[in-house]
Order: sequence, then C-alpha cells, then structure tokens
Amino acid sequence: MQRTMRCLIFTGLALLLAVPAIATDTIKIGFNIPMTGDIPKVGESSKLSAEMLKADINGNGGLEVGGKKYMLDFVYEDNEAKAESAVTTALKLIERDQVLAMIGPNSSKQAVPAGQVADDNHTVMVSPWSTNPDTTFDRPWVFRAAFLDPFQGPVAVNFAVKQFNAKTAAVLYDLSNDYSKGLAEIFRDVFEKKMGAKTVLAFESHGTKDQDFSAQLTKIISTNPDFIFLPDNYNQVALIVKQAHQQGYKGQFMGSDAWGSSELMTLCGDDCKGLYFSTHYAAAGATGATKTFIDRYTKKYGYVPDDVAALTWDATRIVLKAIQDTNGLTGKLKKDRKAIRKAMSNIPSFKGITGDMSFDEQGDPVKCAVVVRISDKGEFEFTESICPQ
Amino acid sequence: MLESFLQNLINALQWGSFYALIALGYTLVYGVLTLINFAHGDIFMVGAYIAFFAASFALTTLGLSGWAALALTIPITMILTAMVGVTLERIAYRPLRRKGANRLYVVITALMCGLILEHSNLAILGASRKAFPTLIDLKIYHIGGVTITNLNIAVILVTSLVFIMLHKIVTKTRVGMAMRAISYDKFAVPLMGIPLDNIIVITFILGSGLAGLAGLMFAMSYPVLEPYMGALIGWKAFIAAVVGGIGDIRGAFLGGFLLGAVEIMVVAFFPSTLRDLIAFTVLLVILTLRPTGLFGIAKTTKI
Repeated sequence: MQRTMRCLIFTGLALLLAVPAIATDTIKIGFNIPMTGDIPKVGESSKLSAEMLKADINGNGGLEVGGKKYMLDFVYEDNEAKAESAVTTALKLIERDQVLAMIGPNSSKQAVPAGQVADDNHTVMVSPWSTNPDTTFDRPWVFRAAFLDPFQGPVAVNFAVKQFNAKTAAVLYDLSNDYSKGLAEIFRDVFEKKMGAKTVLAFESHGTKDQDFSAQLTKIISTNPDFIFLPDNYNQVALIVKQAHQQGYKGQFMGSDAWGSSELMTLCGDDCKGLYFSTHYAAAGATGATKTFIDRYTKKYGYVPDDVAALTWDATRIVLKAIQDTNGLTGKLKKDRKAIRKAMSNIPSFKGITGDMSFDEQGDPVKCAVVVRISDKGEFEFTESICPQ
Repeated sequence: MLESFLQNLINALQWGSFYALIALGYTLVYGVLTLINFAHGDIFMVGAYIAFFAASFALTTLGLSGWAALALTIPITMILTAMVGVTLERIAYRPLRRKGANRLYVVITALMCGLILEHSNLAILGASRKAFPTLIDLKIYHIGGVTITNLNIAVILVTSLVFIMLHKIVTKTRVGMAMRAISYDKFAVPLMGIPLDNIIVITFILGSGLAGLAGLMFAMSYPVLEPYMGALIGWKAFIAAVVGGIGDIRGAFLGGFLLGAVEIMVVAFFPSTLRDLIAFTVLLVILTLRPTGLFGIAKTTKI
C-alpha cells in the first residue's frame, strides 16, 4: 500500500516537472475578469472576445514570434468583481499559472489593487476598461487600453453644457467604487471651474449593494438641477433612472463608460432611452475593422459587443503585438516578461478597433472618446467624438 | 423643506415596508424556535426569482393581462416560497433538532443554507441579472409637492395588512396559541397533545410565504434581480427585528419601519456618505438603552 502511494507521488512529481517542458510551444496569457459578482456581463464580454481572438490565431497555426509558431493558451480566472479577489487572482495567474502577461481586471475597483501585484511581481498587466489614473500611475509594468477619467470628466462636462444648455448639475455616485468616486470628483471640480462655484447643486453617494435611492434622489430633485451626472455601473443606473422617474424627475442624465454594457437596456428598458453617456466606441454606425469585429461577434454570440469586448480585443492584441516585437522568446519566464514590458513601451502607435492609440510614459493610451445617445430602439448611437487636444 | 420631509417620509415608509416584512419572518421563527434563521434573506431572494418566473410565465406563455398575471403570481410565489422554507426546515433544521444539537449549530446551519441558496441560484441561472417584467402600469400622483406612485401605496398597505393579520393569527387563534406555547416550553407542549412539528411547519409556511410576498413586491419596486440581493437586506432586516425586540411581532414591524426611516432620514439631512455610520450608531444607542429591543422581554439564554 505504502509503496503504491510512494510510486503515485513520484509519478505525479515527475509529471509536474515534465509539464513546463511540454508546454514550451504555447504562450500563456492570464485573464483576471469578473465572471460572477456585480458585473458578470463585463467578464463574459471579455472572455467571449478573447476566445474569438484565440480561435482566429490558433486557427492560423498560432502566433509567430521570432520565426517560431506558438499556440495561444488563455487562462480565465474569476475575480468576482471584488478588490481582494482581484489581488489573489492576479497572484494565482502570475505564480501558479506562470502567465507571460495578464489582461484585466476590468473595472478600476479591481484594477487599482491588482496593478500593484502585477508591478511588484514584474509581470505586464493591461487593463482593458479601467479609467482611474491610479491603475497605471508610477507602475512601469501596468498599461491600459482605455482613456482616463481626467480626460473623460471634462468630456462629460463640455458635452452636457453644450447639449443640454446646462448651468447647474447634480451628481450621484457609488462611494465604495474607486472608479465612480474618482470620476464624480473630477466632474465636480471641472464643472465648477467652468460654470462657477456652487453650480454642482447636490453631490450625493450610495453603497454598491444599495437598491433604494429615493432619499438621495429626493434631495437631488429638490435642488432642481439642469441634469444629473451618474458615473455608475449599468445595474445601478437601471434602478436609479427608474426611481428618479417615479419621483417625477423629467430632466436629463449624463452617464459614463460604465453604462456601456449590452445588459443596460434589458435592465433599464424605456426609461433609459434618449439619455447620453461618454464611452470608448459606438457600435451603431461603425466602419472598417471595427465593423468587421462587431459583425463577427454579433454573428457568433448573438448580441452586439459592448465596449469591454472591443477593449479586451484591443488590449489582448497589444500584448500579442508586444510579444511579437520581442523577436523571439527564450522560455525563461522572467526574461520574457521583461522583454515584453520593454516591447510594450516601444509600441509607437497601435491601430485598435476602439481608435488609434499610443502609450505615454505612464502606460496610458492617448485616444479619443465618443459620446453616444441611447436611441429609441435601444441602440447606442454615435453622437460626437472628442479627442485630446 | 416640509415638502422634502413628507417625500422622505413616504420613501421611508416604502423602504421600511420591506425591512418590516422580512423582519416579521425572522421574528416568527425566532419566537417559536428561538432559532435565528439566517437563511431568511436568501429565501426572500428565492421568492423574488420565483415571482420572476411566475410573472414571466403568466405574461408570455399564458398571455394574461398585467392584473390577471399579478393575481396569479401572488399565490404561486407565496406557496412555492413557503415550500422552499419548509424544505429547509425538513432537511436541515429538523434532523438537528431531533438530535438535540446546540442552538449554535442550528444557526451555523442556517447561514450555510443561505449560502447554498445563493450559490445554487448562481450555478443554475448564471450571474447575469434578470429584469422583472412590468405587471401593472405605474401611476405617479403629485399631491402638493410630494410624488407618490400606486406601487408605493400598495406596498405600504399590503405590509400593514399583513402585520394586522399576523398579529391576529398569533394572538387570537388556536394555532397562534400553540406557537406561543412552544416558545414558552418546547418540552412540555408535546405532552399537552400539541403536534410540535406541525406547528413548526406552519410557522415556516407563514414566515417564508411572507418572504415570498416581500420578494414579489420588491421585484416590482426594484426590478433588477441578482443572486446576492437578499443577503444585505436580510441582515439589515434581522437588525431591525432585534432592535424591535426579536420574537415580538409588533417589534419586528416597528423595527423595520424604524430602520427604514433612520436610513432615509440620515441621507436626507446629513451627507449621504455618512449614512450607514450614523444609521447604525443610532441603532446601537437604542440597543444600549434597551438591550432587549423596543418590545423584547429579557430571557436568560439568547444567542
């Protein structure tokens, strides 16, 4: 009995040692995404988009790096949309799965803490969707595919002032969400600088798990603002907009990129029609490579890809481009990760489906934002494109 | 100022109604079994999902009009949710009670049952949210500067009616008398010829049925459903039941409205970032002054 056990253990150990030797011809990339929790649709979009890219490249015999073909191996790990899980997931991917680079986490709430882990462990991380400056700030190993909130905030302010002819605003945000809180504060500062002090009439917050917003809305509506800025996740947007209408609010809302999930309209329905939000790309009326991507995704999965899907596509392709730019992998994890980081910062300009981008010294892309209107058919219609000066 | 106070009063009544309905379920089970049924918040969640499927079935498959669908959804939801509660009692709590397990283990079991309900929902239906269909057209009334919807009125009325009925059942009927008797002495009561298990099952039917009703009304008022929706509101309703004096029906009812009012009024008159901090400090002060809650009677053993 004891001998069989020992025998088994040795065979097991031998197999474990043998695995890296077999796996040299694959490139392993980790995905740190929310497949359950508050924003499961975001994780699903990321995964489906990555699967499509993987099928494309592996179908063509793999990715060519320095004259050698590698098959792609994508590891998807669920971070449950929680900050603490994103950290353990990042460690798991970096240490146990030994990935070459990590895509995700998507929202800033998880990307800010996970970025620290990636930076400490010298592994390239590209967040597709995070817009909070802290994600990449002073972290040479962390990059992103999305624009930043200090850019998105002014976009929202300028658009709302012009479109709604607004002189006053109110803000409702999620206190426990880095993304929402950061963007709300940037918006308030920019708006008051532009329109004068005390023009943001109400600045109210709520918790992530809240379902009733009536008290905050009563307070906001009683100040009679020209519009309400709502930098919130799509699930809360649905509840907040409905409840505001139930309290008799008939004014406009301005949203941010966290609205742009394909699930927004199934949850919100008619209440959200006619509202505007700033985002990374507009699916309705896209052209060129963006349109090809949208058509293929829609055909394969049965719904129009949201911005997370498009950004994940771009983020993953940037990493693959950087891997190709290393001109050959050594098979030594530390050395390869370092080579990829170097190649990442040397990419001069990247033609993504969410627009052309180049990275600045912080690892942030310089790219345009679009403002979309939710049409009467529930589609996200392109209204205006705003680029950095 | 008066307008916004009145508006917030309505907000508080509406939000407190849900706490009150869920707290009633906690307090019923506690009153009879001295068991804190921590799975109750998740039974409420299951109730909301059952209501979702019943309403979708009635609207699309049967093609009924909104009101007819609602009339069908209410009994279906309450009966099926009651069955979930009774099933939990049968497979989880009763075997432990038979073995004479310490109450601590039963409470832990209840917590685990709640997690099992959440995660089996996640496993079966997936993580994406469900949008509850519109059953009745929303009517918005403006009275003075105050806005109120027909749904608000219905929620507040139904909660009050349920409370009155429950109070009558517990204080005026033989079943209620048996329930109160069990809470006094679990060992002497079967000797008097009262079927202990049947009464406990009735308690769970009442408690879970109410959770189902709360789930339905909640889904109509806040039409986004997710597997974890019951956890936080369940815990807060438990706090409401404790503040009211757990085991007492009037306590649960008032405790629910009190918690709703405190949460809403704090947001209304203080910065909303301080809501939970101030709200729970107030409740802590109440408990410090009256450790047994507003209506509670001191007992020697409590969890």
